Amino acid sequence: MKIHEYQGKELLKKFGVVVPRGVFCPSVDDAVKAAETLGGKVWVVKAQIHAGGRGKGGGVKVAKSLDEVRQYASEILGMQLVTHQTGPVGQKVRRLLVEEGADIRKEYYVAALTDRTTQKVAMMASSEGGMDIEKVAHDTPEKILKVFIDPIDGLSDEQAAGLATGIGVPADSVAKAVAALKSLYQCYMETDASLAEINPLILEGNGNIKAIDAKFNFDSNALYRQPEIVAYRDLDEEDPDELEASKFDLSYISLDGNIGCLVNGAGLAMATMDTIKLFGAEPANFLDVGGGATTEKVTEAFQIMLRNPKVKGILVNIFGGIMRCDTIATGVVAAARETHLSVPLVVRMKGTNEDIGKKILSDSGLPIITADSMADAATKIVAAVS
Amino acid sequence: MSILINKDTKIITQGITGKTGQFHTEKCQEYANGKNCFVAGVNPKKAGESIFGIPIFGSVKDAAAATGATVSVIYVPPPGAAAAIWEAVEADLDLVVCITEGIPVRDMLVVRNKMLRKEAAGGKKTLLLGPNCPGLITPDEVKIGIMPGHIHRKGRIGVVSRSGTLTYEAVGQLTEIGLGQSSAVGTGGDPINGLKHIDIMRLFNDDPDTDAVVMIGEIGGPDEADAAVWCKANMKKPIVGFIAGVTAPAGKRMGHAGALISGGADTADAKLAIMEECGFTVTRDPSEMGKLIKALI
Repeated sequence: MKIHEYQGKELLKKFGVVVPRGVFCPSVDDAVKAAETLGGKVWVVKAQIHAGGRGKGGGVKVAKSLDEVRQYASEILGMQLVTHQTGPVGQKVRRLLVEEGADIRKEYYVAALTDRTTQKVAMMASSEGGMDIEKVAHDTPEKILKVFIDPIDGLSDEQAAGLATGIGVPADSVAKAVAALKSLYQCYMETDASLAEINPLILEGNGNIKAIDAKFNFDSNALYRQPEIVAYRDLDEEDPDELEASKFDLSYISLDGNIGCLVNGAGLAMATMDTIKLFGAEPANFLDVGGGATTEKVTEAFQIMLRNPKVKGILVNIFGGIMRCDTIATGVVAAARETHLSVPLVVRMKGTNEDIGKKILSDSGLPIITADSMADAATKIVAAVS
Repeated sequence: MSILINKDTKIITQGITGKTGQFHTEKCQEYANGKNCFVAGVNPKKAGESIFGIPIFGSVKDAAAATGATVSVIYVPPPGAAAAIWEAVEADLDLVVCITEGIPVRDMLVVRNKMLRKEAAGGKKTLLLGPNCPGLITPDEVKIGIMPGHIHRKGRIGVVSRSGTLTYEAVGQLTEIGLGQSSAVGTGGDPINGLKHIDIMRLFNDDPDTDAVVMIGEIGGPDEADAAVWCKANMKKPIVGFIAGVTAPAGKRMGHAGALISGGADTADAKLAIMEECGFTVTRDPSEMGKLIKALI
């Protein structure tokens, strides 16, 4: 789960990281009022969407007067912000953050994340803050420092100081940077984050260390014990179909192709998508119905797939284990009837009660095309839609 | 022979009294020598009782002491699952198979580091399979986990994968063309887990009853590439490789928490290329895994 920058900064502040004073603003008038209240001569007006790369897309502006605050706020609020992470359609800006300006002398990058290989928490830091970190990692990997933290010990003062000096924090500010890193680590662990990134973390003229941005991802397995994080969830930022699917415990992700697919198991679902592509078409979605599919779940899955106007055919691939093929077949027949299915449907079933499942499909009188293997199924659905 | 488990393995079920635990324990008991293999269950509140004829103990330690069991399987719900793993490790079992899906990553990080410390301090090393895995099976001997037993057939091909149904797909193909499996192992879809592809490949390499291996991977993480590099230098048996997720976009989690492309090296294409370089017979068509194995042996 992702959250907004202003929410991330609330979390960082709670754990002791210094952040600029700022106000969350749902309207242009609020933005002007916020700038007045904050005082000073420079303000930053920032679009709040879940995707990164907002500055380059025109979603972050520095205002030098209240008039400029009004102007930028009205330009940004409601705009369709396109960044490298939003896709070509972009994301509508519904919220703003107005902050006091900062006296930036140097920009750093810091982040905490879980490292699969070492099974530790990795803390990364770089002198090249404010830039696209993937580019830094690619062009100048030596400029990214990493320490691996045993979660039983936590981040030590020595590790934090090593990172701070390694990225060039001046001696007078190292203690402040160490405090910021330790707070970031603590925040990462206690909120069950899977990524906590500050880019940039800045050095101010007065020697202070401040977080100018905040990006968080959270482990969805841990949300049951993080009610404060769950309260930050912004449904406007989520794909409505993926959201609808999650209510039925379906794992759904929309893609760009024209073949809808319904599969049990994440690995088999990806393999099915790949087979569709291999045989000349593109999958319209990833959809894992999970282990306990019912007729209702299958019907809902069909409805979600068919809401996508690009879908020209559907491929169902089920390997029946605990979930029996006859249960799925009954669900597929009911779903096809209830949705008045008008696109070609290919069903491939293997495993438990395969024969009963196939009989249910053929007895239904519906024009369901059956297939033996994944390759056979993909060939048939590609032929049926072209 | 086989890897990790056989008909003589004695198994403790943690979470035996829950709905999932009960359902799968019955199926595992029914499979091959399961009646003799599943010797104990654990539930601190029901010690002294029994279920399906299996005695329930108050702790893993008590269960192991009373029955001589060396392996446990865990169906405990996510909030208590990491603690259940640690209990089995503290009881010095040989192998813990954690089926539970949805364990917080932080809990897995802590328990894995506790396991490493125990080993570093000279304590007994307990292997962990999973979490969020289907388990493992040695056909016609014993099944530990949630896979459908009837699709398997005793044979000489090893199967390793992260995913459940994709493992069944490979197993089904092998069975259909008349080849069977020595053992089939699902390592699980979580980012922080125990045994990885490389560990399972080592075991298959050493198993005299395995002639060839189907190794199936997914996008995300370095496991398959690590295994491929090891195999290039050490593996004496032919391998068919498949990676799911060629069509998966970066930055989207494909069901499995571990199936998320983060850098450039963990895409399906990158992994397929490394596996090919390391001498695997790779395929982009998962329907062909069985046929390709047949051609290699």
